[in-house]
Amino acid sequence: MIRTLRTPLPTSTLLRACRGVAGTTAQLPGPGHAHGHLPSSTSPITSKLHFFNSVIDGGKQIPTYRVIDGAGQPLQGALVPDIDEALARRIYENMVQLPILDDILYNLQRQGRIVFYMTSYGEEAAIIGSAAALAHDDEVLAQYRESGVLLWRGFGYDNIMNQCFGTHLDTCGKGKQMPVHYGSKELHYHTISSPLATQIPQAAGVGYALKRDPARRGKNCAVVYFGEGAASEGDFHAGMLLASTIPSPTMFIARNNGFAISTPSSEQYYGDGIAARGPGYGIHTVRVDGNDVLAVYSAVREARRLCIEEGRAVLVETMTYRVGHHSTSDDSFAYRPRKEVEDRKRLDNPIVRFRLFMEARGWWSKDEDAALTKRIKGEVMAAYKKAESLPKPELKEMFTEVYGGEEPWNLKEQREELKRLLKKYGDSWEPWKAELKKHKGEGKDLLE
Amino acid sequence: MFLSHKASRPMLRTLHRISRSGRRWQSTETHPAGGHLPSVATSSFLKPTRDLALRTSGLRYVDQTDADPAQEMVGRETRKMNMYQAVRDALSIALSKDDTAVVFGEDVAFGGVFRCTMGLAEEFGRERIFNTPLTEQGIAGFGIGLASMGHTAIAEIQFADYIFPAFDQIVNEAAKFRFRSSGNFDVGKLTIRCPSMAVGHGGHYHSQSPEGFFMGAAGLKIVIPRSPIQAKGLLLSAIRDPNPVIFMEPKVLYRSSVEQVPMDDYEIPLGKAETLTRGKDLTIVSWGTPVYHCETALKMLSHPPAPLASNVPVSLRSAKVELIDLRTIMPWDVEAVAESVNRTGRLVVVHEAGRTGGAGAEIGAEIQKRCFLKLNAPVRLVTGWDTPVPMQYEKFYMPDPIRILDAIMETLTY
Repeated sequence: MIRTLRTPLPTSTLLRACRGVAGTTAQLPGPGHAHGHLPSSTSPITSKLHFFNSVIDGGKQIPTYRVIDGAGQPLQGALVPDIDEALARRIYENMVQLPILDDILYNLQRQGRIVFYMTSYGEEAAIIGSAAALAHDDEVLAQYRESGVLLWRGFGYDNIMNQCFGTHLDTCGKGKQMPVHYGSKELHYHTISSPLATQIPQAAGVGYALKRDPARRGKNCAVVYFGEGAASEGDFHAGMLLASTIPSPTMFIARNNGFAISTPSSEQYYGDGIAARGPGYGIHTVRVDGNDVLAVYSAVREARRLCIEEGRAVLVETMTYRVGHHSTSDDSFAYRPRKEVEDRKRLDNPIVRFRLFMEARGWWSKDEDAALTKRIKGEVMAAYKKAESLPKPELKEMFTEVYGGEEPWNLKEQREELKRLLKKYGDSWEPWKAELKKHKGEGKDLLE
Repeated sequence: MFLSHKASRPMLRTLHRISRSGRRWQSTETHPAGGHLPSVATSSFLKPTRDLALRTSGLRYVDQTDADPAQEMVGRETRKMNMYQAVRDALSIALSKDDTAVVFGEDVAFGGVFRCTMGLAEEFGRERIFNTPLTEQGIAGFGIGLASMGHTAIAEIQFADYIFPAFDQIVNEAAKFRFRSSGNFDVGKLTIRCPSMAVGHGGHYHSQSPEGFFMGAAGLKIVIPRSPIQAKGLLLSAIRDPNPVIFMEPKVLYRSSVEQVPMDDYEIPLGKAETLTRGKDLTIVSWGTPVYHCETALKMLSHPPAPLASNVPVSLRSAKVELIDLRTIMPWDVEAVAESVNRTGRLVVVHEAGRTGGAGAEIGAEIQKRCFLKLNAPVRLVTGWDTPVPMQYEKFYMPDPIRILDAIMETLTY
């Protein structure tokens, strides 16, 4: 089946075909229409019955902000953000590490060493560009494809591996959640949960806490990431409403990567992406080329400034493309042509674009590329080697931290029940016997 | 949704007749939106005097005025409050003592549709008492975010019937927040208050008791008070408990239950039931509004009104029934109930929520496991029927004194 190249930036012709003839914006009454306003409103009365369906005049789509082109050269009139070589290198190295890490962990899943993984291929600029624009202690609530933000803040490969392998050194959750459900209080990165978009209204609350805290008001904002698919959830609407109305300093970063598992964005929404929704909530909104790390960096820096200054929601939509599969449970070639993916990797590669920009400034060279790749690979493999032989957490951890304070009777009794069963069958029931060996302490902690 | 009847001239003429059926304090409303239950006014479980109020068992003052506990009661004052005033009092204390505390929800700023937040915005400011847009999932999510930052978040869901949009946030997020991050993050500072239970005219969507739905979400606590003293102490405990708590306030009791309430900061412990009457022949467990119907049923058992005399065998009239108010539904005080049933050998559980999936089923299963050999009759549940709460039929839907009396008698004579 021949399918048109699905891009996250559909051509205006394609869009116009979908949305009927020219889209229209609200028509403001011209001079001579002196009908006044509704009571307690500045909405001008008009005698012209006119329907509108577009945020932008003439039914055009919201423009996409870009700084450097496909060859890494600044566009005419573009303001290149003021970053020095050190920051540029840090950004580049963080971008490069993501696919290297993803390659290794994806393959580990394929080999059955870890049960699940999600890659960030193609979205490195959106993730690292935004991470670099935040303060280290801005509170981040992410969805699942933003581990680059955590790594930018110094999470380290050991923590990644321990979480993915569910070892007793898993600081995120002692093996209680699936891989990639990272979290770190020290790094101000709220623990990932699988349900989509639940983090969005939570972020509005986190923002409000920052506003209420005299030590952090005017210094920090909450930042919430989500995909264009998650933005269909009611929680998105709730979060946007709260942060715009109450209000609270919350930055909303939509990673529009073109797919929600197999559902392309053309089946996810009819309007002009996620950005078109921002003005509906009355908030500052920008759409940015998510594969241009400098554009993302600039846009998020400005969004952050507006967000903190005004104490209100700001929306940034980063347009990018999910090069990889949704997860290790997905084979995206079941719903899109291989050629489309290969073309996108080739024609609009965020890492290449930035490398070309850096090379043009003399800040990078091909030799460094090889050395960097080798170093990162070595570090990731070393972390993997350490983690793969570590045992799972002690079995008793299964019952810990359900509640804070005193443990309720039902948990006490259920632990005793498991203890009784282990004593009785731990040696004779093969599945348990084998599994116990994988846990630190081999279950003896529970048998005390 | 919210019907308000302004007293009109014809209605005023009949006021004196209605007033005899129950004490009213400052309102001339004859049909309050939250309903009215006249039988509560004369309940012996309410404490109409300062002395009785100060002797409330399990009450623990937060600020000790005297080193000698025997002197404790001397300096303590009480004030007559109904349940919404007691809730308001608890909120006021929480807000005064905890700078991070905020109260938010639909319509809370002007005082709330049930007046639970009257005057709080004026006292503490609109930054701390504020309206949210109409979104329960947003309210719950917002509260979770606030609580995750260590701020005390007291959210209001306008009616328990509307808590379901927030179900995902409560069950998938709040309940699991601590466990999934191994304590790195938690939302212990979240409390969600909601008016619940029947009012007499609420129908499907203003009468529900949804505690059963949440019992499967380990990590949550659920608390249901029966009176002003209980509401204030339990709410303060709930706010301060290091776990997310859903606090369901039986709305018909907002105005109908009135007693002297200690004015100071005090807590009543969560997870502990209270035995209201001692007995040896049968145990009743209930919570919220039905506690008062149980009280009425016990009176009818020992002194049946003339029309019912033939239904109540004389031999049963001297039965001594032990009535327990569970107060915390999750985690519930299994030890208190089991200890009682091991003595009495019989258990009746009464709740407004429908039979299937209700908390009674959970209690019944656990008690039959623990007290199997001591039971002289099957555990009996008296509950709403398995239908949505039907508007014009409510008298036949809710467990009322006659159904409770009948269940007691059948269980006694099994």
